[in-house]
Amino acid sequence: MNSDDKPSGRLIKAPENFLDPAGIRQVFAEAKNGRRDFMRKAFAAAGAAAGAAAAPVALATSNPVQAGEGDPNILTLPEHSKGLGQAVATEGYGKPSKYEANVQRRQSPGLTQTAQASVSFAPLQSLFGIVTPSGLHFERHHQGWWDIDPSRHRLMLNGSDADMLKKAMVFTMDELMRLPSVSRFHFIECGANTGMEWGNVAVPTVQYSHGMLSCSEFTGVPLRILLDLAGVDYKKARFVLAEGADGSSMTRTIPMEMVESGEVLVAYGQNGEMLRPEQGYPLRLVVPGVQGVSWVKYLRRIEVGDKPYASKDEAIHYIDLMPNGQHRQYSSIQECKSVVTTPSGGQVLLDKGFYNISGLAWSGRGRIKRVDVSVDGGRNWRSARLEGAVLPKCLTRFNIDWVWDGKPALIQSRAMDETGYVQPSYKQLREVRSTRSIYHNNAVQTWLVQEDGEVKNVQLS
Amino acid sequence: MSSSPKFAVIGLLGAMLLATAAHAQPAKDLPNVGRAATAKEIAAWDIDVRPDFKGLPKGSGTVAKGQDVWEGKCAQCHGIFGESGEVFSPLVGGTTPEDIKTGHVARLNDRGFPGRTTLMKVATVSTLWDYINRAMPWTAPKSLTTDEVYSVTAFLLNLGGIVPENFELSDKNIAEVQQRMPNRNGMTLDHALWPGKGLSTAKAPDTRNVACMKDCEVGAKISSFLPEHARNAHGNLAEQNRSVGPQHGADTSKPAGTPVQRAVEPVAAPKAAAAPMALLNKNSCTACHAVAGKLVGPSFQEIAKKHGERGDAIAYLSGKIRSGGVGVWGQIPMPAQTLGEADAASIAQWLKSGAPR
Repeated sequence: MNSDDKPSGRLIKAPENFLDPAGIRQVFAEAKNGRRDFMRKAFAAAGAAAGAAAAPVALATSNPVQAGEGDPNILTLPEHSKGLGQAVATEGYGKPSKYEANVQRRQSPGLTQTAQASVSFAPLQSLFGIVTPSGLHFERHHQGWWDIDPSRHRLMLNGSDADMLKKAMVFTMDELMRLPSVSRFHFIECGANTGMEWGNVAVPTVQYSHGMLSCSEFTGVPLRILLDLAGVDYKKARFVLAEGADGSSMTRTIPMEMVESGEVLVAYGQNGEMLRPEQGYPLRLVVPGVQGVSWVKYLRRIEVGDKPYASKDEAIHYIDLMPNGQHRQYSSIQECKSVVTTPSGGQVLLDKGFYNISGLAWSGRGRIKRVDVSVDGGRNWRSARLEGAVLPKCLTRFNIDWVWDGKPALIQSRAMDETGYVQPSYKQLREVRSTRSIYHNNAVQTWLVQEDGEVKNVQLS
Repeated sequence: MSSSPKFAVIGLLGAMLLATAAHAQPAKDLPNVGRAATAKEIAAWDIDVRPDFKGLPKGSGTVAKGQDVWEGKCAQCHGIFGESGEVFSPLVGGTTPEDIKTGHVARLNDRGFPGRTTLMKVATVSTLWDYINRAMPWTAPKSLTTDEVYSVTAFLLNLGGIVPENFELSDKNIAEVQQRMPNRNGMTLDHALWPGKGLSTAKAPDTRNVACMKDCEVGAKISSFLPEHARNAHGNLAEQNRSVGPQHGADTSKPAGTPVQRAVEPVAAPKAAAAPMALLNKNSCTACHAVAGKLVGPSFQEIAKKHGERGDAIAYLSGKIRSGGVGVWGQIPMPAQTLGEADAASIAQWLKSGAPR
């Protein structure tokens, strides 16, 4: 273990805040002491260290009934089978069942000191398929969110110099929504997703470890159409600056190649309705495969130019510290990554027997080609089923059968994209980037299923 | 002949086919959508400043003037010396005169150094100017004059030892200041994460995993996990999982190994938007208002019911909290309150959400 693997004092708060110094010492002491033996002993040791020495609780069937008797839920008819239900349009805009109230986006305690420049994480452990319900989409605001009157919102298009385009233009929402539109499914992931886990395990569940990730069907106008209208000189203008209308007026540089390909959208639609205010209503940029910070919300201006801009979020934040003290700048692509969402950290398997291991895979470089799943900490792998349409730069849902024998298991997933790139292990990633880069952690995630059925977030080395 | 029904049908079909073909073609022009921006409009919004200082307006400001602005508008969050990490990451600290010579901040290699300040990271002085101008102060972005932005930038640079105390920063000398930025040589494009061709980045990704399937070499031990005392640090995980499903959430309010409750019970609304009691108490709001039930003034829930649905609820309510008023709820006046806009906004946000307990 080199010195890079020690947690350093860094500005991102979570690991240090979450584990007090004694806790960090304990983690690393545990890591260094003993446990040289392979899996079985490792499981037992971790179980003991995590205080789970008690007898396994997941033994009986989770659907019990006494012989000769029956389930009162069957024998006694419930109200809803014997009465009159509610009327249509009781809710003009329907809501989830009240029994779903646990499924919420949440903040990670201590991660940020203000709630306006902060993050809330999507509850990946409770979601199905690939589409994130708009109300559960993760949030990242730099200076608070707004609900902007769309009739007063404008998009301006101009150049760093007058000769970058024929004419600077202004569009209303009415005009933008008149233009030829496309609808595409894409994931959006914050560059700092899983950033708290670079040095050590810092959070308990997939919501906090991977929840700065969402996927929606976005509807909008390809930015290329607008640039064509303005007569952009594509020979000169090789960079695009996107700027928001909120207080921080967030700016990011985007390469013209992506705009020319037609994939960058000026979007107003999300999952069949307008964007939610937290996602930039009425207008945001969609930059498929690129970290969320480039998907500028409340989009008010596009500038085309001949040089990149070194804006705050590409010169002070969203730069990745390397072991040699240099920061990687303009790092944008979210590389191939996957995570098992069920079962996952903080959950408890109720019983031995059959389980459907399910998770999400994605790549900023294109389509997912394959996802392999291991239940023995990466020694042996099986390829999972990829569900539904496998779309480029989009979440892909994978599933694989598993019969849990009640013994400790280490569940991992490893994705491969159409370029042949294979999601790396923590060891491989840290060998190149060490542990202080905050951004772009796409390492293979490990969940430990203990004998008592409880699932823990762990890292192997 | 033209009145023949047969020909009319063919003619109509032909026209429809032609029309269909025309519709399948993308429109070459999109007439009458969008208009030319006026020079005044562009000036109002085109505020970005690039590393080569394109976009930088003319102006100047001294360190001394910057200190005045700083103490009035910046120090609450960033500390008198830009050192505070209470609200945001520290701006100043960790750079040395040697760094100014080399353009590499040496402490970025010191793993014992606590944290990374803005001046340790930023390579381009334009970034500081641009961001202060577009987004600061935090609660009143874009309210500084051009000369104030120059002076605050000068003050910040002085705190970092980059410019002397008697310095006046201007559009004329900012390029020279760039040559003194402590981490000006600290950026690299040696990565394959730029999705374009305009920057000279690496060609291939920096990791090369192989998808081994059987008897693969793997990590032999669990090297990191959450210690038991952190079990409940993110709240009770049982309340963060669906109440039915293949797995339930672990009840982290109890020690590990406690059997899971299997019965499905109706779940109460989570406490995500719980009352910001600390804020309400700190600002003495609770002296006159209760969550439910009238005291001197209306209850928070009554306020939420009356005003929470307004489109501008947060602006309205935070404005009312700060300015006070009389007449909306009766003749007992509410005095103006001295709490900050951010605090008022978070109380307003809670009110808008119905003022749950």
